Amino acid sequence: MLTAEDKKLVQQVWEKIGGRQEEAGAETLERMFAAYPQTKTYFPHFDLHHGSDQIRGHGKKVVAALGTAVKNLDNLSQALSELSNLHAYNLRVDPLLAQCFQVVLAVHLGKDYTPEVHAAFDKFMSAVAAVLSEKYR
Amino acid sequence: MVHWSAEEKQLISSVWGKVNVEECGAEALARLLIVYPWTQRFFSNFGNLSSPTAIIGNPRVRAHGKKVLTSFGEAVKNLDNIKGTFSKLSELHCDKLHVDPENFRLLGDILVIVLASHFGRDFPPACQFAWQKLVGVVAHALARKYH
Repeated sequence: MLTAEDKKLVQQVWEKIGGRQEEAGAETLERMFAAYPQTKTYFPHFDLHHGSDQIRGHGKKVVAALGTAVKNLDNLSQALSELSNLHAYNLRVDPLLAQCFQVVLAVHLGKDYTPEVHAAFDKFMSAVAAVLSEKYR
Repeated sequence: MVHWSAEEKQLISSVWGKVNVEECGAEALARLLIVYPWTQRFFSNFGNLSSPTAIIGNPRVRAHGKKVLTSFGEAVKNLDNIKGTFSKLSELHCDKLHVDPENFRLLGDILVIVLASHFGRDFPPACQFAWQKLVGVVAHALARKYH
């Protein structure tokens, strides 16, 4: 699915956000809860206020998982296998998180979030979503 | 009828006031053609769409992007009647252009990303909420007359 060029661009983006990964995770979740309130239904047990420890903590987990995916672009299925179970039986995979993560990248990278990078990352997020949905039914 | 809070209206118009319609429109359309290549099928007479560079530099893409975003501006000016504003355009996209309405949603999401990349921190979550709502309403209005 991802070409060699796509993979290169995805890895470059990941390097560019470098130390801001945790922040990006928290911001992604915040934007998701703000822009798509229906996503909050999956977190009734969370404190969803701006800056909450739970959002920070969970954002960090989400980004770490995406980081694992970035390091295993040739073997997403295996790398995300555990998460696939979780998403298949407990959650619902929807492009909303991917949209918010891309918005966060656009906010942080500005002009560096070029159309080529955008395309590669969109493909990457689609591939991740496909793997996470693999075990549905 | 869609309800817009005073805050949402303010967030929408304050962002729109700073948008360079020609630039953002060109960029949003180019990104649509690049990120979702199947959309190129609607623009087969636009000339060279063979690479991201070609698409970004294509004058017809730029011009059409400006046209599309200018039209989008009508929604911003008529938040309380987006359905009516896009009624004719909806018929056009169905009857003459044969565009799958899913593509309106995709373009809307891309527009939000373009705004985010231009405005950075000036495009906080509350802003994104208002704009995702707006692009959703516009996409819905454009799909409304399909049959």
